[in-house]
Amino acid sequence: MNSIAQYFTDLFKGLSTLWAGMRVTGKYFFSPGAIVTQQYPENRKTLKMEERFKGEIIMPHDENNLHACTGCGICEINCPNGSIEILTDRVANAEGKLERVIDKHIYHLSMCTFCGLCVKTCPSDALAFGQEFEHAVFDRSKLTKVLNQPGSKIRKEAK
Amino acid sequence: MMSEEIIKDVIVGEQEDYLINLGPQHPSTHGVLRLEVCLKGETVKYLNPHIGYIHRGIEKMCEALTYQQIIHLTDRMDYLSAHINNEAVSMIVEDALQVEVPERVKYIRTILDELNRIASHQLWWCAFGMDLGALTTFFYGLRDREHILDIFEESFGSRLLHSFVCPGGLMHDVHPNFQKRTKEFIKYFRTKLPEYDQLLTGNIIFQNRSKGIGYMSRETAIGYGVTGPSGRGSGFSCDVRKIAPYGAYDKVRFNEILETEGDVFARYKVRMAEMHESLSIIEQLIDNIPEGDFTAKMKPIIKLPAGEYFRRVETARGELAVYVVSDGNKTPYRMKFRTPNFSNLFVMNEIASGYKIADLIAISGSLDLVIPDIDR
Repeated sequence: MNSIAQYFTDLFKGLSTLWAGMRVTGKYFFSPGAIVTQQYPENRKTLKMEERFKGEIIMPHDENNLHACTGCGICEINCPNGSIEILTDRVANAEGKLERVIDKHIYHLSMCTFCGLCVKTCPSDALAFGQEFEHAVFDRSKLTKVLNQPGSKIRKEAK
Repeated sequence: MMSEEIIKDVIVGEQEDYLINLGPQHPSTHGVLRLEVCLKGETVKYLNPHIGYIHRGIEKMCEALTYQQIIHLTDRMDYLSAHINNEAVSMIVEDALQVEVPERVKYIRTILDELNRIASHQLWWCAFGMDLGALTTFFYGLRDREHILDIFEESFGSRLLHSFVCPGGLMHDVHPNFQKRTKEFIKYFRTKLPEYDQLLTGNIIFQNRSKGIGYMSRETAIGYGVTGPSGRGSGFSCDVRKIAPYGAYDKVRFNEILETEGDVFARYKVRMAEMHESLSIIEQLIDNIPEGDFTAKMKPIIKLPAGEYFRRVETARGELAVYVVSDGNKTPYRMKFRTPNFSNLFVMNEIASGYKIADLIAISGSLDLVIPDIDR
């Protein structure tokens, strides 16, 4: 007799614990306002990433197509994965002296781990993080990017 | 070698025994871990973990990288406590160079440690519930974890692998909204934690599947070096935050959670209580972050003086110890990580033998294994 009573007590206790869980799920089932899911492909137009989001490395250019990269190569040395290659050139400036300018700042997105060392160590703040995150492409070679725009020049600081 | 012996043993020995492979692509192993399980009927006789499926040679790679560059590799060991791993390497460099980091850095690092610990325990909680068949928990755990990841994304730009701590301090200062959003999160999560208990802790099915399963005695825990919540569930007091405080842990009051039952449910209770403790640690620190620099003055090229250095921290899964041998160059001569999951994995043969195969899933879930941390 005692064991039967115990059996039913356990049964109802067990059911009550299940009911406690069902109450929580039921609460959210009947209040869809509490749902926080982002409808990603639909909200692409309004989706705004955080200001500091590390999507890719970019080299900001101003309206005159000028950038700040001197081609010193510190980002190339600091990159742990070898995802930055800098090809430099020596060009004569107005006074006739040879000056180092970047020919191509090559960035391999496929090797980048977004550690942020290149952006942090750049002495002239020529690099920054971009907010673009949709990097899927059909061809692997498209992941290798040249960061300086064609025809761009280095910005001369007014002395 | 080992597996051949076992197969021979099985064939020559009792005919009812058979070997199955759990993994390496089994969802309950949370990564690429292969467990060679010897079964008699449905009872586990013994099991033999095979590791190395995701070995990347991080310790060897460290020997070719400078100390600033090593940071981003430590993210990828225990990715759920990435911030704490970064801190371990940063602190070892600061120790060796005898750099005193600003108070502000210590406070922020400690807050981020605890946020990371909560995020890690939330993910463990939802995955553990899912291992035992409670699919609902997965959505509830991830919903709350998203709030922490949003705070991380705003401040460091990345959600999971944020190489935010660097030798000497932080990569950059935290976002101006950081304090406000963290306080909002504490308030929010305090209202949501009771839901966790209603959903899973009290559930009769969950309790019957976790109580009295996977018993680990205190001696076993110490013998195998099981640390973190798994060890504390067996009454092994091993919290590095208490034993050797680092960062701002000596300025806060918190309890080391200890349970003595040593079963799966005890380890579950430790983690649930740790989330409450972490919230209270953040609460004590968040209003008192001192003003100041976000980094100490460091040379651009860091060279550790020749010698050996050792440092340990408490990650979300146990004790992470870093050992560096330097010969005075800008790269370490040898770097060794004592990762918590490695020790926690190999106790499984001891605590899972004699239980049913379904209990094995509960046991491996309760140890909260992260496989890249085992293989490194």
